[in-house]
Amino acid sequence: MSAAAPPTAAGTGVPAPVAGKAVGVSPLRRLFNELTRSTSGFIGLCLVLAILLVSLVGPLVVGTQVPGDAARAWEGPSAQHWLGLEGSGKDTLHLLVIGGQTVLMVGFLAASITTVIAVAIGALAGYFGGRFDALMLQLTDIVMTVPQIVLLAVVGAFYNLDSPVLLGVIIGILTWPVLMRSIRAQVLSLKEREFVEAAQLLDVGWVRIVFGEIVPNMASYILINFIIAVTNAIYAMVGLYLLGLAPQKGVNWGIMINDAWTKGAMFNPDAMPYIVAPVTMIVLLQLGLILLTRTLEEILNPRLRDR
Amino acid sequence: MTADVSTSEAPPGSRPHARPRAPLGHRIYHSFILRRLLRSLFVVWVVASGVFLMVRLLPGNPVDVYINQQIALYGKSYEQAAAEASNFFRFDPATPIWRQYIDYLVGLVQGDMGTSIATPGVTVTEKIAQHLPWTLYSVGLALLISITIGLILGMIMAYRRGGVIDHAVSIIGSGFHAIPNYLLAILIVVVGAVQLEIIDYTRMRGNMSPGVEPEFSLRFLSDIGYHATLPMITYILTTVGTWALIMKASTTQVLGEDYVTVAKARGLKESRIQTNYVGRNALLPLIAQIATQAGFIVGGAIFVEQTFSYEGVGLLLFESINTRDYPTIQGVLLVVTVTVVLANLAADLINAALDPRIRLGEGGAA
Repeated sequence: MSAAAPPTAAGTGVPAPVAGKAVGVSPLRRLFNELTRSTSGFIGLCLVLAILLVSLVGPLVVGTQVPGDAARAWEGPSAQHWLGLEGSGKDTLHLLVIGGQTVLMVGFLAASITTVIAVAIGALAGYFGGRFDALMLQLTDIVMTVPQIVLLAVVGAFYNLDSPVLLGVIIGILTWPVLMRSIRAQVLSLKEREFVEAAQLLDVGWVRIVFGEIVPNMASYILINFIIAVTNAIYAMVGLYLLGLAPQKGVNWGIMINDAWTKGAMFNPDAMPYIVAPVTMIVLLQLGLILLTRTLEEILNPRLRDR
Repeated sequence: MTADVSTSEAPPGSRPHARPRAPLGHRIYHSFILRRLLRSLFVVWVVASGVFLMVRLLPGNPVDVYINQQIALYGKSYEQAAAEASNFFRFDPATPIWRQYIDYLVGLVQGDMGTSIATPGVTVTEKIAQHLPWTLYSVGLALLISITIGLILGMIMAYRRGGVIDHAVSIIGSGFHAIPNYLLAILIVVVGAVQLEIIDYTRMRGNMSPGVEPEFSLRFLSDIGYHATLPMITYILTTVGTWALIMKASTTQVLGEDYVTVAKARGLKESRIQTNYVGRNALLPLIAQIATQAGFIVGGAIFVEQTFSYEGVGLLLFESINTRDYPTIQGVLLVVTVTVVLANLAADLINAALDPRIRLGEGGAA
């Protein structure tokens, strides 16, 4: 393992930073350099970027309408259709390209909502303590007790979740407690630090102390947890689609797997790509995100590096 | 005054710093176990109330949906449909809502959760009693195996940091961690059963082979073990890497503690340091995690059990959702929550028994 050498702008083709000093490098650029230097971080970044590119730009290139030819259902892979055709004669590769948008959108939407709620409540609870803190801890205790997937499935059953956006919002609202607890713990230790004391002495008001001083100091921690929240949200949403507990409208990887499973595609060798391809996409996306978080943790928390 | 002081002085024979015993009432009030029990009850009560609210009061609630459906589909009168709904959900529409709420709670305490809509005549409690043992058995055993393997791997990784095992387990562990458990289940079927034909999927699905009766015999035990293999492999593979990584971090931290250095300096045997000094202390933070993980796996069981047709609580929930069997859904949600609450309670009590700081700290602070 490369030891903890001081970060320098040794990236390939990176324009020389101001005065050649590492201090002059912007934090984002430095993060990027460190990320690409670690093998697992680089693989993770490439996977996530590639999937983002295919899923967001791909539909613009190939179009969102997939022509189907029912006479050629379950045709195996050919030069024309690399991954074969599915049950109603649609091109699997084409469906795969346009099926990622919803997954990514719901994942990022749910993660954003979770992170915003968790950071706001966690920071306030940790900073002020007292009754609000106790109440919030009690609340998270209760919410964390109910298995979230079960709750989500039940909520989905009681109330019709007919749009992916609604699904994302509900996942976001149900999943914040775990993150809120760790944010609170971070704030508890950060608020004893000198810079907070200095801000308190300047009497800049609690809004600026909490959201202008303390929260930005947790930026890297929040970033890592945001990515973790994305993986959790994708796990939940794909699961719901796969079980058929969310309405099977539109095209996404979860619906594709559900469709393949219920039609018994796994027993048909020609139809194999239709079930394996979306599974692979989700696994690669999750793997990329997890590699990214692991590497970011190592970079941003230098104490872990020497262990 | 002087007499007072002398009575509160330590009685002969006891340790000099022993605290004077508090009055009994005070001790019960501050008892850690009692506090935890009350808190668990409180959580169950809140969840039960939340379910009541969701089923009975919110717009678009299942009772209204059920009544409207009966009217629309079978042309029943409102009274007739409402009477049926009240029978399934065990409530009396004529009484005020607070009265219904109390009846509902009393019913729950007596184990009455209503009657299943999908299979008339079967109570929800009976249905759950049929399915819950299978989930507890497969998830519990899988968790036990996964934790044991994970702990051993984690300790080895911590002792040989940067070694082959460390790297291999890290990579394989995060790989399997990245695969959602339901996708792993599907992959097992697609790759193992269909492509490689090493798994007899059609024979292995379900809880037990036809013709096998639940009894205490070797045949029965080996048969349920055989049928639980696939779900258990799924649970184990997706969690073991996480356990190893948690245990590695925990062990690494303990290895840096002064008391380990002192133990080494005292020339204690390496095996004794490993078990009594490092292992024991590294395990502590993990016990709380076990309860959280248990909840997560029970949740994931919905997906996994469906794939393997393993008739546990997860499959029951899935089927009830598909048949809109609301009383059963409500019952499963409650029972699963109670299970997780009990797991949490057990973890807390074990933790408190192992670490006096927890029970004393909480009793004193609150």
